[in-house]
Order: sequence, then C-alpha cells, then structure tokens
Amino acid sequence: MSLQKFTKFDALVAPMDRANVDTDAIIPKQFLKSIKRTGFGPNLFDEWRYEDVGQPGVDNSQRPLKKDFVLNQPRYQGARLLLARENFGCGSSREHAPWALKDYGFDVIVAPSFADIFFNNSFKNGILPIVLPAETVEQLFQAVYAQEGYSLTVDLENQQLVQPDGTTIAFDVDSFRKHCLLNGLDDIALTLQQSDEIKAFEADYRQRAPWLFADNASV
Amino acid sequence: MTETTTPQTLYDKLWQSHRIREDADGTALIYIDRQLLHEVTSPQAFEGLRLAGRKPWRVDANVATCDHNVPTTSLEGGVSSIVDPVSRIQVQTLDRNAAEFGILEFPMGDPRQGIVHVVGPEEGITLPGMTLVCGDSHTATHGALGALAHGVGTSEVEHVLATQCLIQKKMKNMLVKVDGQLAPGVTPKDVILAVIGQIGTAGGNGYAIEFGGQVFRDMTVEGRMTVCNMAIEAGARVGLVAVDDKTIEYVKGRPYAPKGELWEQAVESWQSLVSDEGAVFDKVVEIDGSAIEPQVSWGTSPEMVGPINGCVPDPDKQADSVKAESIRHALQYMGLTPGTPFVDIGVDYIFIGSCTNSRIEDLRAAAEVVKGRKVADSVELAMVVPGSGLVKQQAEAEGLDRIFLDAGFEWRNPGCSMCLAMNADKLPAGKHCASTSNRNFEGRQGAGGRTHLVSPEMAAAAAVAGRFVDVRTMMQEASA
Ligand code: SF4
Repeated sequence: MSLQKFTKFDALVAPMDRANVDTDAIIPKQFLKSIKRTGFGPNLFDEWRYEDVGQPGVDNSQRPLKKDFVLNQPRYQGARLLLARENFGCGSSREHAPWALKDYGFDVIVAPSFADIFFNNSFKNGILPIVLPAETVEQLFQAVYAQEGYSLTVDLENQQLVQPDGTTIAFDVDSFRKHCLLNGLDDIALTLQQSDEIKAFEADYRQRAPWLFADNASV
Repeated sequence: MTETTTPQTLYDKLWQSHRIREDADGTALIYIDRQLLHEVTSPQAFEGLRLAGRKPWRVDANVATCDHNVPTTSLEGGVSSIVDPVSRIQVQTLDRNAAEFGILEFPMGDPRQGIVHVVGPEEGITLPGMTLVCGDSHTATHGALGALAHGVGTSEVEHVLATQCLIQKKMKNMLVKVDGQLAPGVTPKDVILAVIGQIGTAGGNGYAIEFGGQVFRDMTVEGRMTVCNMAIEAGARVGLVAVDDKTIEYVKGRPYAPKGELWEQAVESWQSLVSDEGAVFDKVVEIDGSAIEPQVSWGTSPEMVGPINGCVPDPDKQADSVKAESIRHALQYMGLTPGTPFVDIGVDYIFIGSCTNSRIEDLRAAAEVVKGRKVADSVELAMVVPGSGLVKQQAEAEGLDRIFLDAGFEWRNPGCSMCLAMNADKLPAGKHCASTSNRNFEGRQGAGGRTHLVSPEMAAAAAVAGRFVDVRTMMQEASA
C-alpha cells in the first residue's frame, strides 16, 4: 500500500490509560476473516467500545456504545495521536491492529514501550510509534486530562512534539523509517526504487532459465 | 566457472541463483519465480495493490485456486452454494481478483481446482530450481521437486505481486539423513512423524532442511511431498529433496511443464540441483530408516508422537518439569490416560485428505487396506477427500471410489476440508479422529476435537478396526 507523506500536523490527543494493550483488544479475532485491509476503524477496541459483541458485517453505527470508554467521549473525537502505556500492541502478529488504528484515524502512537512486531507493523502502515520516557508520558497524560482539546504538533522532520505552550519534546526515530514516512514510502515502494536492478536480473535470468517465462513457452 | 568453487548445498545454490542483491547485514532481495494464491491470504494483498494503483509485476508468475473454504459435499450450486457467507465472500473475492488482474485461476467447478499444494506439482506449475511462495505455511511441500518454496504473510504476498521479489535473510542448512530401508507398511508420513518426534517442533527453526539418504532416494516424488510438507511442523520453513531422475520423470508432460527444446534445456540445468559432494551443513541429523515403525500422534503437537506399539506417556516419569506439564495438559485435552497402549485408543472419525496425504498414491495405499473390508460400526464418519479434482477423477478411473464407498467411507470433493475445518467439515468436541493431515493442535479440526496424525494406511486400518492398529498385522492377515 502506498502511504501518505508524513508532513507536520496538529494532532488532537486521546489517552489510552492501560498497560499491555494487546492486539486482540485492538481488533478482536472475529474481524480477521475480513477480506479487506480498510474498514477496521469502526471495530477498533470493539469489546471496550460497544455494549454488545461485535460481528463482521454488522452496521456498527446502530450498536450501543459504552459511554465511559475514552474514545466514545465527545472531547476526543477526531484524535490523531493515541497516548498509551507500556508494552502497547503485544500479542499476535496480526497486521489488522495497525490497519484498524490507521483506519480509525490515528497517525501517531506515543508510549513508554511497544511490542516488537506491532512496532514494525506500524511503520509499514504509515503509523509513527514514538517511545518516550515513562515520566514524560505520565506528564502528557496529566496534561490531556487537564485540558480539553489538548493537541500536540507532530514534527517528524525535526523529531519533536510541540506542546500548546510552545515547549518541545524530542524523540528518536530510526533514520530509515523516518525517510520512508516523510516520503510516503512503504516496503513495496522501496523495493520498486530498485526496479532497474530487478529488471537487469530478470533479463539475465530469462537467458538462463527461459522455460520459467510464459511468453517463451512453446505451447 | 572455475574448478575451485567451494561445494554448495542445494539450498545454497537455489539461494544464489535467485539473489538480486545482498547487503552487508545479510538482508537480501530474492527473485520469486512463482506465487500460488488462495482465497484466505490474498484478499488484502489485492486490495493493497488496488489502493496503491499498482499492477502485478509479472501476471504470468501467479496462479490461483480456492481450497480452504470450499465445501466437499455437493458442488452443484457452485460458489453460491457455500452456506457460510464469510467463506463464500472469500471465494468470490478470489474469483474477482483473478479476473481483474488477469491471473490464471482454477475456480470451483474446474477439475483442476484443489488444495494449492497438490495442484502446483500436479499441473507442472511447480518446477525444480524455482523459488515459489504462497501465503500458506505448507508451501514447503513443493521443495520435494528441488524448488525453494516457503510460506509468506499477506504483506509479502502483496510485495511479491508488486515486485516479483522478497526481502529475506538466508537460512542455515540442515541435513536430515535417513538411511537404510523402510519396512513394509512404513510410509513417508511415518518417516516425517518420526523425524519430528526426534528433533521436535522447534528443531528446524531458522533452517532449510534437506532430506537426504537412501530412504528419500527410494521414495516416490509424491512421498517426498508428504515429507517436505511437514518440514514446517519440524520448525523449518523450507524442506528440500535433491533432483534425480524420478523428479524429472514426474514433471515430464505435465500441462505447464516446459516442452520441446525448452524441456531439454531445463532438464540439463536441473541436473545440478543436488548438494555437492563435501557441502557443509550447519547441522546434520541421522536416523536409521529400517528402525522406523508406523507412527501415531497422541498429543496436541506433532512432536507428541510414537510408534503404534507404544503407550501413552506418563508425565510423572518425565524429568523436565515443563515437558511434564505440557504432556499433562495434552493428555487432558485428548482424554487419554498414561500407559494406555495406542492400539487401545478407539476412533470415532477418519479423515483421509489434506495437502500431506491426498494424492493418488495416498488414496491407492489406503484403498489397498480397505479393500474387501468394512468400516467398523463404532466409527461415526469416515471420509476421503481427494487433493484435487484431477486426483478424484484418476481415483474414480481406477475404481478406488467404489472400494471406499463399499467399505462405508464417504467420497468427497476436493479441498482442505477437515484439515482445518474452515468449511463445514468439522470434528465434534471429544471425538477421536485418525487423520492424515499435519497438525494436531487443539481445536484444529473443530473445537474440542481430538486429532491423531497417521499415514493413509494407518487411517484406513483404524477405520476398519474402530481403534488404532498396526497396519502391518492387518496386511499379514490379508496375505495369510
Ligand atoms: S490441507 Fe490443511 S495444511 Fe494443507 S493448505 Fe489446506 S488447510 Fe493448510
């Protein structure tokens, strides 16, 4: 999937105040039977979000919401940055988890730590996971709770989050991953940058093993 | 080429001939010759292509068929007869995607439709020396033809569709050498189960396993497929057997195999697809083939397996406490008591099928045991599910369907069926099933179902006896 370029933007922050949020909570397994990689947004955090049990193919807009669930509160509608606790995204390797977060509208997740596979899958799907010290994350939680409409400016170019009062929080990001996000490159786009090399290999290979190319077949 | 090249393993050769580039850290770009697609793991890949406005790099490198969700009872109504809407949509989506992108497909109703790992070799779509991938872990099967074949995830399916390449790191080399001669009644399935029993389900982690030695040289190509199929159950993504005359004979004349001059050229190149004399393997496991007995699994992992004349193990006699706990857990799930002889375990269901054992030779071997006998009354359902429409046709031409039907088996249409119960074929909770498939995980064949992995011959013998039995004794009775 080709991705949008990760330009500088203001992101409303939503708090997810639990440790060890696993991929089964992010997107329950009954939705894995879907044939799509989009459309998972309405089922993000399905069990926490709705009163009933979600099933694929059901009209989610008709389902009763759990009023207390954080993402159901009016003040967090339209959030693009999810503030989370340690070990976010643990559990299975399902790529449906970042698909669901992205589809819901999250472009950035900030947490003290992430599960490995989830961390990598996020980048692949155009989500920036940011690791910050636990104290900083704690301060951000306090700030979000204290002020409705609390937003951060995400500036990937300069690797910083800008707070409403203008103070900045620096973060680390792998330079290769940063390059990909800034330029909207996914793994496929990266490989396609080597198209010439692939074509050259293919041309030579066609000589070595012509029977593997249908247009050479004598049938 | 110089005379001083270092000896290479078959895996080394396949890797090298498909490597486009390799970075200092070992990350390599590998060219993929063939991708097989089925309905479960391809939809998001196609959607990804569509969303990005991309086209397949080489349409002719891809072939699709549906297998996991297809019903095995009546096919009369075609796709629309699939009752479960999710299953039906997956199959319809594959049809639509294949049509939209111009990919060759064997859809429901086509006699060539079947389990993707049966169809590939059968059609000559799998060829020696190829790199082949599929969004399915049992892609290792195709290594039986000397192809470098392994499973990939959905993102990788899309990556291969779009670029014809995969980003990979090289695996290590392992040789599993089984010498000697198999006793009558001992099959390729017993060999691979015995290997897994010995090295464990993690034994092959990080390795490409080459199966070498007298036993594999003597084995038919279909038998080698059974063995390579379960390399993944030994932890290895890749299983391989060197190319020999049997391989070439097997491929010759198949619909998509090269013809004429290209065939000659291909055969010449395939001759080199063996590990060189003196090639170094990172790990070598040697097993005496003549000592292998028919196997039966008793637990919930393929390594929980033993010879038919053995007994259910006692966790209390296991020194390793972690192992003891997992045995205890497995026995509870399986409803078995330590010390019970395997031959005293009754069977309720018989499943002969799956990409491990649903080829014509498997069906012949099972029919040989069943012939002139009846399925025991205590068996609730015995079914044979051929691996493809063509296997089914061939079996019917040989009268095997009659043998099974007369004995009380059901004769079904091709697909994955009760191997993973994604269609309507499910093993009910608490029931014991003699199954020729490859995984005995909890719930694999149906929630609460109790799977015992065996060879087609052993499954057939269990059907007749209503319990597990050493197929060799049954064969002796017949000849006495
Ligand atoms: S037969 Fe079983 S193991 Fe083989 S591809 Fe189908 S589901 Fe997978």
